[in-house]
Amino acid sequence: MKIIKNIGLIIFLMGLTIFAALPVVGTYSLSPKQFGDFVGQKGIKSDLFISDIQENVVGQNFEGMFSFAPKVTHALDAANAQHRKNKEYKKIIYTKPHDMAAELGKISGSGFIVENKGLMWFLTFGLGIIGALMFILPNVVLLGKKGIKNNGIYHENATNRGWIAWMVFIFLVSFYLILYFRSEYAVNWTYLVDPISQSLSGNLAGQWFVYGFMYCVVMVVMAVRMYIKYRHNMYQMVRTTSVLFFQIVFAFLIPEIMVRLQMPYYDFKNAFPLDYDFFFQWNLKSLLNSGGIGLFILVWGIVLTVVIVPVMVYFFGKRWYCSWVCGCGGLAETLGDPYRQHSSKSLFSWKVERWLIHGVLLFALVMTGFTLYGFFAETGTVLGIKVQSIMDTYSFLIGAVFAGVIGTGFYPIFGNRVWCRFGCPLAAYLGFVQRFKSRFRITTNGGQCISCGNCSTYCEQGIDVRAYAQKGENIVRSSCVGCGVCSAVCPRGVLKLENGPEQGRINPTEILLGNDPDLMELVNRK
Amino acid sequence: MEHIVIIGNGISGVTAARHIRKLSDKRISIISAETDFFFSRTALMYVYMGHMKFEHTQPYEDWFWKKNRIDLVNAYVEGIDHKEKTLRLKDGADIRYDRLIIATGSKPNKFGWPGQDSKGVQGLYSKQDLDGVEKYAPNNKTCKRAVIVGGGLIGIELAEMLRSRNIPVTFLVRENSFWNGVLPSGESQMINEHILEHHIDLRLATNLTEILPDEHGRVKAIKTDKGDVIECEFVGLTAGVSPNIDFLKDSGIEIGRGVKVNRLLETNITDIYAIGDCAEQHEAIGNRRPIEAVWYTGRMMGETVAQTICGNKTEYKPGHWFNSAKFLDVEYQTYGWVFSERTKKDSEKHFHWRHPKEKICITVAYHSDTNKFLGINTFGIRMRHEIFDRWLTEERNVEYVMEYLKDANFDPEFYAQYETDIVAKFNTEMGTSITPKKKSWKRIFKIA
Repeated sequence: MKIIKNIGLIIFLMGLTIFAALPVVGTYSLSPKQFGDFVGQKGIKSDLFISDIQENVVGQNFEGMFSFAPKVTHALDAANAQHRKNKEYKKIIYTKPHDMAAELGKISGSGFIVENKGLMWFLTFGLGIIGALMFILPNVVLLGKKGIKNNGIYHENATNRGWIAWMVFIFLVSFYLILYFRSEYAVNWTYLVDPISQSLSGNLAGQWFVYGFMYCVVMVVMAVRMYIKYRHNMYQMVRTTSVLFFQIVFAFLIPEIMVRLQMPYYDFKNAFPLDYDFFFQWNLKSLLNSGGIGLFILVWGIVLTVVIVPVMVYFFGKRWYCSWVCGCGGLAETLGDPYRQHSSKSLFSWKVERWLIHGVLLFALVMTGFTLYGFFAETGTVLGIKVQSIMDTYSFLIGAVFAGVIGTGFYPIFGNRVWCRFGCPLAAYLGFVQRFKSRFRITTNGGQCISCGNCSTYCEQGIDVRAYAQKGENIVRSSCVGCGVCSAVCPRGVLKLENGPEQGRINPTEILLGNDPDLMELVNRK
Repeated sequence: MEHIVIIGNGISGVTAARHIRKLSDKRISIISAETDFFFSRTALMYVYMGHMKFEHTQPYEDWFWKKNRIDLVNAYVEGIDHKEKTLRLKDGADIRYDRLIIATGSKPNKFGWPGQDSKGVQGLYSKQDLDGVEKYAPNNKTCKRAVIVGGGLIGIELAEMLRSRNIPVTFLVRENSFWNGVLPSGESQMINEHILEHHIDLRLATNLTEILPDEHGRVKAIKTDKGDVIECEFVGLTAGVSPNIDFLKDSGIEIGRGVKVNRLLETNITDIYAIGDCAEQHEAIGNRRPIEAVWYTGRMMGETVAQTICGNKTEYKPGHWFNSAKFLDVEYQTYGWVFSERTKKDSEKHFHWRHPKEKICITVAYHSDTNKFLGINTFGIRMRHEIFDRWLTEERNVEYVMEYLKDANFDPEFYAQYETDIVAKFNTEMGTSITPKKKSWKRIFKIA
């Protein structure tokens, strides 16, 4: 069994290595016809850019994106600068330089990778999946009898912030930086999933399709790990199935199929303000121009945030969204599970958390106010501030850096819920409802707590669960996403997630159950 | 300002300190030579197993003590002069107190086995013991086999720890079934099976006779009363604990096995109290033992003594007995009293249900004449403390407990529920026709 695991690890690393090498290899050559078609399709009016590319790129062979991309980005920057100087605003190209390089790169790719998409898919995704499963499946036997299997987590390099964890950190951060800021280097990855993308939406894959597909693959593989690790715990099994379902069907398949049906791309479970660009002008316009389905989405999006989300939180707590439905939560609960113990439980972290997450919520709401005002007043400037610049700032700081690079990249170091805990504006909103008007709580079982600290250690949201449990108090915290792991790891059966009457949900107790009944009453009445 | 000095920073001493601080402004000092900060003793096993780091066993952050003006003194108390109200420390210093709380806990029992002081022979109680396991049994290369002596809760925890690093374990148990002085036979039998499932070499009805050290004074083997010699590099002595009170000899404080206290937790000397594992009641309270070495009772005594010290004289009146443990993968909870066949009265009758495949079972004890519910042991099913506490107070009969058993279930959502099976078996055995009632929030929370 150990041998199978090790072979699996080697196969996985082979797949990963090939995947990681792809951004820097490959041949790119742009034919005059390809470029001509491209210019026509995009409606590029910049003669400077066109002639620059024709002179420096078209008809030449480039080895690796490193030599190709700078030509495009320089050409675009130079052309736009000249046009601005000449006040030729109609000629300015609004596509971002790196996106332009990615788009041109996508059509100019040639050679082995482009000609062998299926084989290359197998050598990257295929090997990765096979290797990972070979690494994970033997645990059915190796982990022994079902039960809590946390042995060695703080001895293993990978799960105790050792060098492996740091390598994973570097890999994830680099991956997100490429996705968000240097998409041209993702071009080779897009070839791997072109056939899949074409079969779904009919279009070739962009970097976001790669991301979406990979997200699903990673979640499925790591869900298998969850199923094995928590096979004694039905709550974890059901919950894992739920996040998997919503990711694959709602976040991945339905939007792609909608595109094939000429409908807007929309993830029906992605609620505002996590879906922060829902009220952006371009989105509203696109929805309003999409007929019945567009209107339906518009109404659904608003009803989801204003009615469905809070009502569901009232009945079930924010877990119904954060650890049962949400994509970010889904990745955190599968890929992130081995890192859940790294969220800081200090009081200081809690203070930081409250400032940050509520700050982001405020930012999202103010931004949305500006965009909506701008939309209805048909102006690009509100209170002397350019709406576009607010949106760009949010998209960059919160949407890309916080949610993506930090949110997932920092899993191995700061735990798997960095974004959900410190940044997600939807989580902040759900948290208010959960804290002040909900039937959900984690019940502490009388006086049974022995203060061992397993619950706090494995709380991914950094809640010091033990601090409540050892006082006999129920846990009612806005940040709790209801993953249920505190209850699972408790050796004494102290914690239970449940939805019950609001009365008695918060139960201050000074003297614990089990001691002198009169004393308990005397002290707790005060 | 009155100076309250507490010897021992375990759960009893720390609970007392916290509650004194809640109730008063007195000066509080806690003395310990074990660790600088309070940690949860029950969690030491998880540090060795790699579930947690030692820092995770500390329930309060380091700033907590200063903020709450609780002085922590790292020192070893050698003696008490109660006339001068002074403690003598090992480093020669003295500490004066106005009132003293002794909360020094336990030490593992050693029964005078030859070789019991060899290197690699120890109990599992203190932080130092944890360090010892890490030193003598870090992996299965250094420690090719470990022997554990004594089949109680700490013994099985130590076995689980060592197995987590794939160290072969031989487990010597004096009784002919695991912990059957406490557990009824059906449960004890189930745990025997579970121990074997974990590849632990369980030897029932077997006693240690001698520990054999090598030329460096390190354990190399043990002998049993069956004549077996078992080679090993580590021996865990887990045959119970006894009060850690050697430093009190000749202090004038009355001691028996522990520090003798009355119901107010006062010793024979004014202004000196004893709580937790080291305290011994003059007379046992109800079915309890005079010395209760249990986490929960230590905590309760801490809560109680704080009231007395702060002017609200309060007797230690523990409510209904409850306890919990975990045997490898099987959780155990108990509410009220369920005695083993070896210890129970004739009037105590048992109803036992065990799952046909899983390691799940319950035993309900009731009075043979009145059918009054006496207590319940559950394995692999979590139960609601408050519900059983209430039923015990209300002196419900066993039929009532069966009928409303679903109210008491505390298993996580979506878990398989066994009340119907349990009640069906009860009906068959008792000739009743009880239908279990659906779980009711109204009953659980007593909402009219």
